[in-house]
Amino acid sequence: MRKACIDMVHALAKKDPRVVFIGSDLSPGLLQKMKDEMPQRYYMEGVSEANVIGMAAGMAMDGYMPFVNTIATFITRRCYEQVALDLCLHHLPVRLIANGGGLVYAPLGPTHLAVEDIAIMRALPNMTVTAAADAAEMVRLMEATLDWPHPIYIRLGKGGDPIVSRAENGFEIGKGIVMRRSEARDPVLLISCGVMTGRALLAADLLQQKGIPAELIHIHTIKPLDERLIVERARRARGVFTIEEHTVIGGLGSAVIDALIEHGGARMPLVRKLGLADRFAANYGSQDDLLELSGLQPHQIADRVEEVLQRLRVA
Amino acid sequence: MPCGSQGPVPGLDARSRYLRSLVVRGLQGGNRGHVGASMSPIEILRVLYDDVMRYDPARPDWPERDRCILSKGHGCLALYALLADKGFIGTDALDRFCRVDGILGGHPERGKVPGVEASTGALGHGLSIGVGMALAARMQQRGSRVFVVMGDGEINEGSVWEAALCAGKHRLSNLTAIIDYNKIQSAGPTREIQDLEPLVDKWQAFGFATVEVDGHDVAALRATFRRLPFDAGRPSAVVCHTVKGKGIGFAENDPQWHHHSNFDAQTLEKLHHAVGAGQ
Repeated sequence: MRKACIDMVHALAKKDPRVVFIGSDLSPGLLQKMKDEMPQRYYMEGVSEANVIGMAAGMAMDGYMPFVNTIATFITRRCYEQVALDLCLHHLPVRLIANGGGLVYAPLGPTHLAVEDIAIMRALPNMTVTAAADAAEMVRLMEATLDWPHPIYIRLGKGGDPIVSRAENGFEIGKGIVMRRSEARDPVLLISCGVMTGRALLAADLLQQKGIPAELIHIHTIKPLDERLIVERARRARGVFTIEEHTVIGGLGSAVIDALIEHGGARMPLVRKLGLADRFAANYGSQDDLLELSGLQPHQIADRVEEVLQRLRVA
Repeated sequence: MPCGSQGPVPGLDARSRYLRSLVVRGLQGGNRGHVGASMSPIEILRVLYDDVMRYDPARPDWPERDRCILSKGHGCLALYALLADKGFIGTDALDRFCRVDGILGGHPERGKVPGVEASTGALGHGLSIGVGMALAARMQQRGSRVFVVMGDGEINEGSVWEAALCAGKHRLSNLTAIIDYNKIQSAGPTREIQDLEPLVDKWQAFGFATVEVDGHDVAALRATFRRLPFDAGRPSAVVCHTVKGKGIGFAENDPQWHHHSNFDAQTLEKLHHAVGAGQ
């Protein structure tokens, strides 16, 4: 996904003179072809996130569309005020490409785990927050950025994630995608974002095997949220389960609940947020290891859904 | 000028006093404002707008214009005075400073106030934005120059020095960093709160061709700014030695006058008198 995203910066730059790349001390040779072809639109700056965001803002004020790339924690927490004021207050079309969203950097520990990025980006006016499911969808997202006049946060997965998105579903920023439909009268509704959508699809299969019909909405754009789709599909669901590689505070689950409260009917459906607990990671290992410890692997998701439904006697 | 004097401060000409009277008009309009921080950069901005920068008040978004970012946004009344004087905004806008029906806030906002290039107020943002603008001008082969006016307290922020490193690396000769070095930050003297010396050496070391000047000497500022860039291959920095509250005798060099609100009638009269009203 990361390679697809970064390669797209070069592809977009070839067809749109507004596109500029700004990296903050990334891998040697990154986007070397773009650097060779258009050195004036390729910037590799030092470890200076605050400056890089302000610099991108200054360029955007004069007509450019900078794609800024660094590690997710540093492009969000480290320079939050610059993102809030330089980008969002000025409402500029700067794109933040965030390497290693979620638990990707598991072996590197809590300093590198971006598990509240969606929450803090989502809190900023004018900001668009995205988490594509896989590399193919990332390409579609990147193409859509050229026509989107707002700042965009682009959360990247690790790479090598299975391709679960489908071109025929199309892609529009702000529109959710029904990845699996159920004709049942009251299916379980799973709502996921980012690479968790692949795991949620497997969980939906397992639920079907357990005799629990399941529907899945993939939310690649957490803000602006496709509230209409969520409210419409939640209306008939026996339970709504949000699934995210993110703290349960302020992320996809919170956004879904906000939408249901603001736009839903008189009665809230049963909702549970499946995500990361409100604590710093205590373990290293791999992304999959930490997802397992957080109960976010497909079989765990399916078991948790079943357990909640049984406990509340709605299975 | 002895501290506590209530008359006009000698050495400031009629134009400098007039611009300060516009600041006082804003202070009265909002019944608040950063008095000291707005008075120290008046001559810096006056010379930039009178003698140095290319701009057109009728076309504030003219691409070829030079850009001035007041990075120490709390000194905005000084910028508003120049923008009103040049016709970007009406002088009557000053009467609604900080008011619910006004466009002039306690910190300047791009998009709301014609002529304001960047929304500042959170310190340490302007130089990076200026770097981006200077790079944009380079990429677009425009002759635009970028001037970023910063406070001395402001440059405590680490982001300023990130931006300085970057400007030096890119050899942005179309960028000028200007320090309003009045030597008093909010909490007290800079030498006590966070000493900046040797300040000229710091900017030099970060890759800026650096010059010191009396920030209230209009002729000296003019001569200095006309030499820009000081080096064709480097960004420039101008360390302007200024006086906090300059022109308001009783407020000069007094940290208590960094910001003031709820002026009583007597204080307002003293402010007007200090800037030469009725002289």
